[in-house]
Amino acid sequence: MDLPAYVARRLLQMVPVAVGVTILVFFMIHLVPGDPARTMLGTHATPQRVALLHKEWGLDKSLPVQYERFMSRLVHGDLGDSLFYRVPARQLIVDRLPVTLWLIIYGTGLSILIALPLAAVAASRRDAVRDQVVRVVPLVGLGFPSFWVGIMLLLAFALNSGRFFPVGGYGHGFSGHLRAMFLPALTVAIAIAPILIRSLRASLLNVLESDYITTARAKGLPERHVLVRHALRNAVISTVAVLGVNIGYLVGGTLVIEQVYALPGVGQLMINSIFQRDFPVVQGVTLVFAILVVLVYLITDIVHSLLDPRVRFE
Amino acid sequence: MSDGPILEVRDLRVELPLSRGTVHAVDGASISVAPGQAFGLVGESGCGKSMTLRAIMGLLPRPGHIVGGEVLFEGEDLVTASPGRLRQIRGGSIAMIFQEPMTALNPVMRVGDQIAEAPQVHLGLSRTSARERALDLMRRVGIPDPVRRARAYPHELSGGLRQRIMIAIALSCDPKLILCDEPTTALDVTIQDQILKLLLNLRREFGVSVVFVTHDLAVVAETCEQLAVMYAGQIVETGSVDEVFRAPRHPYTLGLLRSVPDFDSVQDSLASIQGAPPDLVMPPPGCRFHPRCPFAQEDCISGEFPLRPLSAGRATACIHPDAPAADVERMPVVADV
Repeated sequence: MDLPAYVARRLLQMVPVAVGVTILVFFMIHLVPGDPARTMLGTHATPQRVALLHKEWGLDKSLPVQYERFMSRLVHGDLGDSLFYRVPARQLIVDRLPVTLWLIIYGTGLSILIALPLAAVAASRRDAVRDQVVRVVPLVGLGFPSFWVGIMLLLAFALNSGRFFPVGGYGHGFSGHLRAMFLPALTVAIAIAPILIRSLRASLLNVLESDYITTARAKGLPERHVLVRHALRNAVISTVAVLGVNIGYLVGGTLVIEQVYALPGVGQLMINSIFQRDFPVVQGVTLVFAILVVLVYLITDIVHSLLDPRVRFE
Repeated sequence: MSDGPILEVRDLRVELPLSRGTVHAVDGASISVAPGQAFGLVGESGCGKSMTLRAIMGLLPRPGHIVGGEVLFEGEDLVTASPGRLRQIRGGSIAMIFQEPMTALNPVMRVGDQIAEAPQVHLGLSRTSARERALDLMRRVGIPDPVRRARAYPHELSGGLRQRIMIAIALSCDPKLILCDEPTTALDVTIQDQILKLLLNLRREFGVSVVFVTHDLAVVAETCEQLAVMYAGQIVETGSVDEVFRAPRHPYTLGLLRSVPDFDSVQDSLASIQGAPPDLVMPPPGCRFHPRCPFAQEDCISGEFPLRPLSAGRATACIHPDAPAADVERMPVVADV
């Protein structure tokens, strides 16, 4: 099977996943105690006004009927209107999605930039001091929760003496985004890079013992050349899968980081909507997250196949 | 240096410190290879023959290292050579062919690029001319349709073609010496024969010296002029292939020859050497072969057993070389080599 056919099939497989997610999310959010009408009207609202809002929002119908309405709108690309902002939920999400995508892609890019050289440095001299340092120091990053790392980075580089980066916000234009999103992306990278470094170092050490590395050395190639062209390329293959899983995990993790850095992303929208019981938006965001995760895995598989000619699409 | 040996290994010692003790993988091995010669290094698995080969290239697997001896290539000691100098020699003057061409080729690199790499480094060729050279080499090692095959990945080629690629890599910078580590062991018998013939032809064509490391005496008989028999990290017998096969002067060599099945042998049944090779962490004292030797005597169980010259170009470590000789008198090993 060639690549386009494979991608098309994988995208089709996404439909049942998405449907499953809608069912789960739809019914689970109604299990959560709380009422959007009461949230909006306040604690002193009369039962009549609450009932009126329920009727307006269609919340007086039975759950299956509500689900059916939700789904019939969804097939037309309509996620329903936000109960609070009174604009289409889709609009809210589409407006905020770029911020979240920026955060994920920027953070992933940074973590790769950090992990590749460190893993290579560690693996090039096994058990040497530099190897020990690379093995231990990133673990510290892994041990701290993202919200704490975020706050510390803000204190160090955005507040007090070092005001190199804005405290929050998304910035304007490409270079503005690059600067404004640096600390959030670094927070992401600090969480992911240690896992990447460990995985990459281990697979590099494994690869460096293989016969084709001896062949490369027997050719008299410089050691750098052996490491970069022969070892790294092979070692990266198994790390791509690890990275994919972590980005998938990160999609949900953006919630916290967007909150710390006051980024107007989908994660922040999600948190606010949950507190307000804004059902259509929560459903929409969850659906978008689910699709993002599936897309990340698809991209991981495509990257894997590009790196490893032995992989065939099935 | 045209008169002297192209490669001379003197009293080479290789150790592998493992958790259960230090393995004396190579324990005082000496060989000498003349220019243009095909030299066979023979022995059972684990006798140290591959380690000797790897040590010559300075490519011992971890944690192995050379603890003594000299590896003289055209008179220059490679053991004490700088890493930079070693890199110049590797792939440039000395090339290596490995046993398993599947694992010895980079799985994610096109084979044409793998051949073109060394000429770029050693001959300073541009990418384009190195690729041209790769195609030319592929033609010379008998790979049909090289333009298409150069773009293939190793897993897309057959075992025989992969080994031809390895040979093309080895030849890519016109080396003076090629070290072959069991080059045909992983191949089908019919392909083995093709690859050996190819190596022989190329040796004649390019005038290179070749060292074959193998456990397969048939390969040695077909390809080599001179051989050394290795046992438990030591060389136990050397000489021309013709003489050693006709009249072995070490019981181990005799045992090896007697246990070859597909040989023009006059024996009726297949013999095998009793026992197993010794543990190289604690090799037996005296002659290392004495626990398995049918001719062992009192004086074999202690002392040193260096190679002793017998005649010009012949040497054995056995102190009772007449015993195997008498056995061959009784029952010849080889009808005709």
